[in-house]
Amino acid sequence: MHGRMDLSQFKTQAVAEAPALSEALALDRRNFVRLALGTGAGLVIGGWAPAGAARAEAVAKAATADGVFTPYVTITPDNVVTVIVKHQDKGQGIATGLSTLVAEELDADWAQVKPEFAPANVELYKNFFFGVQGTGGSTAIANSYEQYRKAGAAARAMIVEAAAKRWGVDAATVMVAKGVVTSGAHTATLGELAKEAAAVPVPAEPKLKAPENFVYIGKSFPRVDSVAKTSGARIYTQDVQLPGMLVATLARSPRFGGTVKSVDDKAARAVKGVVDVVTLPKGVAVLATSTYAAIRARDLLQITWDDSNAETRGTDAIIAEYKALADKPGLVARKGDDVAGALAKSDKVIEAEYVFPFLAHAPMEPMNCVLQFKDGQATLWTGSQLQTVDQAVTGAIFGIKPENVIINTLWAGGSFGRRGVYDSDYIAETAQIVKTSGRSEPIKLVWTREDDIKGGYYRPLYVHKVRVGLDKDGAILGWHHRIVGQSIATGTPFESAIVKDGIDGTSVEGVADTPYEIPNMHVELHNTKVGAPPLWWRSVGHTHTAYVMETMIDEIAALAKKDPVEFRLSLLAKHPRHRAVLQLAADKAGWGTPPAEGVFRGVAVHESFKSFVAEVAELRMVDSKPKVERVVAAVDCGIAVNPDNIRAQVEGGVGYGLGAILHSKVTLKDGVVDQGNFDGYEVLRFNEMPKVEVHLVASDAAPTGIGEPGVPPIGPAVANAIAAGTGHRVRILPFADGLKLG
Amino acid sequence: MTQFKLNGRDVSVESEDDTPLLWVVRDELGLIGSKFGCGAAQCGACTMYLDGQPIRSCVTAVSDVSGKEITTIEGLSGKVADAVRDAWVKLDVVQCGYCQSGQIMAAAALLSDNPKPTDDDIDGAMTGNICRCNTYQRIRAAIHVASDTLKA
Ligand code: FES
Ligand code: FES
Repeated sequence: MHGRMDLSQFKTQAVAEAPALSEALALDRRNFVRLALGTGAGLVIGGWAPAGAARAEAVAKAATADGVFTPYVTITPDNVVTVIVKHQDKGQGIATGLSTLVAEELDADWAQVKPEFAPANVELYKNFFFGVQGTGGSTAIANSYEQYRKAGAAARAMIVEAAAKRWGVDAATVMVAKGVVTSGAHTATLGELAKEAAAVPVPAEPKLKAPENFVYIGKSFPRVDSVAKTSGARIYTQDVQLPGMLVATLARSPRFGGTVKSVDDKAARAVKGVVDVVTLPKGVAVLATSTYAAIRARDLLQITWDDSNAETRGTDAIIAEYKALADKPGLVARKGDDVAGALAKSDKVIEAEYVFPFLAHAPMEPMNCVLQFKDGQATLWTGSQLQTVDQAVTGAIFGIKPENVIINTLWAGGSFGRRGVYDSDYIAETAQIVKTSGRSEPIKLVWTREDDIKGGYYRPLYVHKVRVGLDKDGAILGWHHRIVGQSIATGTPFESAIVKDGIDGTSVEGVADTPYEIPNMHVELHNTKVGAPPLWWRSVGHTHTAYVMETMIDEIAALAKKDPVEFRLSLLAKHPRHRAVLQLAADKAGWGTPPAEGVFRGVAVHESFKSFVAEVAELRMVDSKPKVERVVAAVDCGIAVNPDNIRAQVEGGVGYGLGAILHSKVTLKDGVVDQGNFDGYEVLRFNEMPKVEVHLVASDAAPTGIGEPGVPPIGPAVANAIAAGTGHRVRILPFADGLKLG
Repeated sequence: MTQFKLNGRDVSVESEDDTPLLWVVRDELGLIGSKFGCGAAQCGACTMYLDGQPIRSCVTAVSDVSGKEITTIEGLSGKVADAVRDAWVKLDVVQCGYCQSGQIMAAAALLSDNPKPTDDDIDGAMTGNICRCNTYQRIRAAIHVASDTLKA
């Protein structure tokens, strides 16, 4: 199979109607750091704030209050420092992170700093790695570390100059600490100086603090959202109530790619509160005055679907096709010198086939979006994660310019990749409902949990087939690796940045670029077509590639009767950061001493998003099932802006990955998804959460991602512990399917 | 029409009898702190108290609470509630926060019944509450911190 896959069967009308979306988005290879393969050219921010007219215009627009310093920082006379957060916060803590950076350089008191999400404006708020405004790939801190520090430093310089002028003193005598400005006997708050300071020209190259003078970075800065999220006051998209607002639900085809043939909506319309029923190509929407009326009435729709373009295979058939493909040559992602020769002369060849299921992201807040179209302008209220894409998609549906799509980015109840969707599916649906209904009221589209689990945009199903040749001492002579699965990026605006010569970087990351010194390593890829749309799921390709690499390496170590940590270190001579996390995790876990009776240990190390994580898992087998009791993680993500948040992200990543490998799968029968809620799509529960310890490697390297890198090592660490205890190597996921003992 | 007490106030609603309490409270009465996570008693995001006992409001018909007392996260107050919220903030438990109303309701109910819960007690009380950000470890620690505050 060659060439690009055609995803048009499940393309929303929106994207189909938007010719050359990728051009509109100006995504190109040069702008896009190849995070997937770690081959990025590094971060060159250049101007930290857009220069000239663009900035002046933005400031003028935002300047409804006194004290606009830059598009990133506003200080008002009430002594509040508002940080304009260009990234979406879905729990990963970036609002706290960017607030920390500004507060650090501004010398503000943490209690006076308030985050506010930026409006959609690609010029001002683009992600330097993407070239569009958006959050993902664990890029947020890496991308903003310098920019938001400069924003804070610029504001500080402006405050200092204003104080010097007001008091008639030399600027060099003005000090700022914890939000208080002093010079000799003079003292003022930031707020008191805000108005005068805002009139001072913004310095082009504000001076940044030396790291040894940091008061917040690398120390602690409490989360900015803890109080609102414990009182019940935090507003998410689901909570938006606007005057006259209607709530919509959408009945989608039970089979991906199915369309509406006919509908009988009499019973649905009879439900009290139902205002309208509108038919779109991909489904039928009920509009009602309350959420429950919209949910209940949808169940009463009698829809006949046209399945002629729909996916009708079951997962069993898909897996069988993938396995057959894994026996045939594919596109070459990494060329081995002479893998055939190496395998032929090996004393032993291990052959292993792995199967990974479709996974739903299942964020706690199912997808939703509020949209109003009025006077040629579309206004969105939603947990937007790729604002520029969302603008382009919405604009195309209404036939308006993207800049006439106003986005109010809200706090998101999780995402794990789901809201950062290349075709803005849930937003496009809302726009189509609004457009088709012709209504000018705001409409909130609500997905139920069943919609979420059945709705696609899954971590794709993958099959790996690996053959490793060993000599008589167990040393690796050659490694032949085939990966079969859907390309996530092909056919999306991200294609030009991620896919090269048919190889989607996210399909092979973690294998093709393995740090292990492996001779004659050869990697091939088969891109497949499935109706269920694929999507990045917390740590993307590393969700499966780390599992395969780290369990294979473990098995090879065991065959050679080598210690798993020592064996890895011997293949990582040129990778000091991998070695450091591996050694730290092993030390902290007491790797050298035997575990307690009945406890088994496993280890894994993996790099993703330019961060390095090793994890040691300890478990007991209880009723032939693993009970993971403790996980010791070691992390190197460069400079730790907020160590406690890094720990939180790794704790959460361990739990997220562990739930998936133990329980989670989406399966299809004749194209219809079997699972619908958390009873069928099982995730990690409270009683299954191990004790997680997170240790940081001190680093002065530029900060890198942390939202995702905690996920990849947990699966293989647990699998390796199971192998240590039972001799059984699990190669079919989740363990509920792949681990059948006794 | 159904009448009940919501966070100490008398309310009456016109919703149909089988409407889940969650939607009545969120859509009709405007209190949005209780969340919709599954609609099927699977996740605990919608946890409220019915006469002081935690319930899944997404599967409780409004007619079943007629004449009863309902408490939501907005009305959760008192010594235990304060201890729980303080512990949550102190340990920076929340991530996305969407599950946390339910987690806090469940934790406060546990501590009201059992001021000194063991880890097993905590598992028993909290396992019905899903957190997709997997903040479970910090929730456990925060329950112990709140318990210590209450003892002190
Ligand atoms: S929303 Fe009620 S238990 Fe999930
Ligand atoms: S904090 Fe996000 S689901 Fe619990």
